[in-house]
Amino acid sequence: MVTALVLPALVALLWIAVPLGWADAPRDRLIELLRSPLSRLALFGFVTLSLFHWAHRFRYTLYDGLQLYHLNQLIAAVTYGIATLLTLVAGAILWTFP
Amino acid sequence: MRPDSGYRLYHPKWYRRRMPIFWWLGKFSYTKFITREMTSMAVAYGGLLLLAQIWMLGRGEQAYQSFLSWLRLPAVLAFHLALLAAVLLHTITWLNLAPQALVVRLGGRRIPDGVILAGHYLAWLVASAAVAWLLLGR
Repeated sequence: MVTALVLPALVALLWIAVPLGWADAPRDRLIELLRSPLSRLALFGFVTLSLFHWAHRFRYTLYDGLQLYHLNQLIAAVTYGIATLLTLVAGAILWTFP
Repeated sequence: MRPDSGYRLYHPKWYRRRMPIFWWLGKFSYTKFITREMTSMAVAYGGLLLLAQIWMLGRGEQAYQSFLSWLRLPAVLAFHLALLAAVLLHTITWLNLAPQALVVRLGGRRIPDGVILAGHYLAWLVASAAVAWLLLGR
């Protein structure tokens, strides 16, 4: 839900408008935004949610889409495992942000 | 015959039709469904790219500038335009399901679907404005 509400604006602004020069988001401003622990926590939550959203949906897409019922446990372990691993990476990056 | 002779009733396995692996290419509505589910990959990519940008922000001016110039490559821009389309599909299909998922009754009467839908789209607008305000400046 959170990703559905936030991602279109994020993608449009940060990765299309700013590189094309239509909008400006200077480095200082972004660093300033990341200074408070609350914003870092919010970003951590956002990244975690988007990863687990993918893990859950992708698991069932493989299950239903490619008819891989017999690999159910393996697929679950792999998708949720990847999401957990990347969540830990996200935590490490956000924790050690200067 | 002893009562516990171990005799078990035989029952044949239920017939289960085997589905072909590309069943979803058969009808357009199936393909639409799988496409919708695949937009979840765009969501994960968005989250990870945000993380990468945050990491580059912390690594110094040089690293961040090289990240920005990577973002400006035409291939990358084109990919991100496709990403925007995928993310929009994800959002619109998700929000359109809200009236079916959220059935609210006030005083015995059910709130109409249009109201719930409008509420969700309004929330989307507010969230987008908040993101723009945060990123671009007060």
